[in-house]
Amino acid sequence: MLKVNNVDKSYGTNGFFKNNKQRILRNINLECDRGECLGIIGESGSGKSTLGRLLIGVEKPDNGSIEIDGKSIYDRENRKENISAVFQDYRSSINPFFSVEEAILEPLKIYKSNKNLTRLIDQLLIQVGLSPVYRHRYPHELSGGEAQRVCIARAIATEPTFILLDEAISSLDVSIQLQILDLLKALKATYDMGYIFITHDIQAAAYICDRMIIFKDGQIQETIETNNLPNVKSLYAKKLLHNLITF
Amino acid sequence: MKILEVKNLNVWDIHTGRIIVHNTSFKLEEGRCLAIVGESGSGKSVTCRAIMKLNKRSLQQTGEIFLKNEGLHQLSERQMRRKRGKHLYMILQNGMTAFDPSCVIKVHLQETLQTHFDWKEKEIEQKMIQAMESVNLKNAKELMHKYPHQLSGGMLQRIMIALALVLEPDVLIADEPTTALDTISQYEVVEQLMKIRQNMKSAIIFISHDLGIVQKIADEVLVMKDGEVVEQDDTQTIFVNPQHEYTKYLINTRRALSDNFKNVMRESLYC
Repeated sequence: MLKVNNVDKSYGTNGFFKNNKQRILRNINLECDRGECLGIIGESGSGKSTLGRLLIGVEKPDNGSIEIDGKSIYDRENRKENISAVFQDYRSSINPFFSVEEAILEPLKIYKSNKNLTRLIDQLLIQVGLSPVYRHRYPHELSGGEAQRVCIARAIATEPTFILLDEAISSLDVSIQLQILDLLKALKATYDMGYIFITHDIQAAAYICDRMIIFKDGQIQETIETNNLPNVKSLYAKKLLHNLITF
Repeated sequence: MKILEVKNLNVWDIHTGRIIVHNTSFKLEEGRCLAIVGESGSGKSVTCRAIMKLNKRSLQQTGEIFLKNEGLHQLSERQMRRKRGKHLYMILQNGMTAFDPSCVIKVHLQETLQTHFDWKEKEIEQKMIQAMESVNLKNAKELMHKYPHQLSGGMLQRIMIALALVLEPDVLIADEPTTALDTISQYEVVEQLMKIRQNMKSAIIFISHDLGIVQKIADEVLVMKDGEVVEQDDTQTIFVNPQHEYTKYLINTRRALSDNFKNVMRESLYC
């Protein structure tokens, strides 16, 4: 289980003459089980991505702790093979000088050096709906959807317990969004992983998430089961749903 | 009354020879809203930048573009500069790149408005404050003295809309103005665009891949695929009875997400 306990995060400095400190996250508490998809919904600037960076260990919280199965993720050994991430900008997520094969190999070389990697890459590409011939292609030869599939293949390569999906479908075309959501659903069942799905698109969140956290100004407004979404309590969550332009 | 007409527009890359927009024609009536939908790379944005003559130099264009029966394709860059802003106005997807990061918002607004009107600094400030307040921007005077990076994407979008309110353009082109925004900001931007249409009779070209918003705002829809127009009709017909396979595909995929959401909400009041 991924557990976030009383996490605070601020940026800026607290000087003698000037106080530039800006609080981004306040007292965040959340839990996500293996096999569960937890949505984090909020507007831009609400602190969703900051929370994401804390979850994958690239930044540390000012206070509080983040644990997977009772072990702090800030010990690199505990983080190993436990959490990986897929980001919004698939173009900058893959080194342009790396072929698809090299991109997927990068984490594997660190974590799974003894396995038959060539066969594993073929399997991973097939898992994400790409033909093994893609292994020699470079990022500029891929469409947005294909590049994001490569990022997903790289994320599942180490068979992590949790994947952080930070606006992972927002830059994709609508038709591709649905394909990627279906792929993520299928992979979750196959690998028994937990997802933290950060998004501003409630409709996409409702499609894939079991629970949603409504986030505003760095604070959790409400946590609600997806099938109980019409019964949100907080004013902000009600406004989010009310202002949604459905099709 | 016909306000904009694009005839046989072709755009291609001179380095690769790749055709980006192929033989595209459409008309826009006064006060109407035409939505251009399609996936990335379909040529939506290039078509609109071709109307503004703002494509990069490596892209060449042929075809005729008439604004109130005046051929824009025949105008020099200097003459075209007078058309942009007052007659043809474009709201860009990313507010952060639409404004110069090195100067405060007020400088932008002044530069644009002084190109088209003989207004003094105070007059410009007054008109802009009024317009910014009407698009729900609080502390407008303070906002004008901020740099783009100090404001959110939604705020910058609304400043671009406020400038449009002051300029009262004949044609307003909105290139994915809601894509980068959250639900609440999206709703507000769409409301403001509808307000512009009602109050100023401006014609709007609305580029988007969000079919929910297109259905709400547009009178007509033009569907583009690989640089070509595959279908064009009024909004109701496109959504109820799409003819082209690609249009059906686009509508069905979005409907899958929407229908699921409606099920979740159990057709409650919010839908």
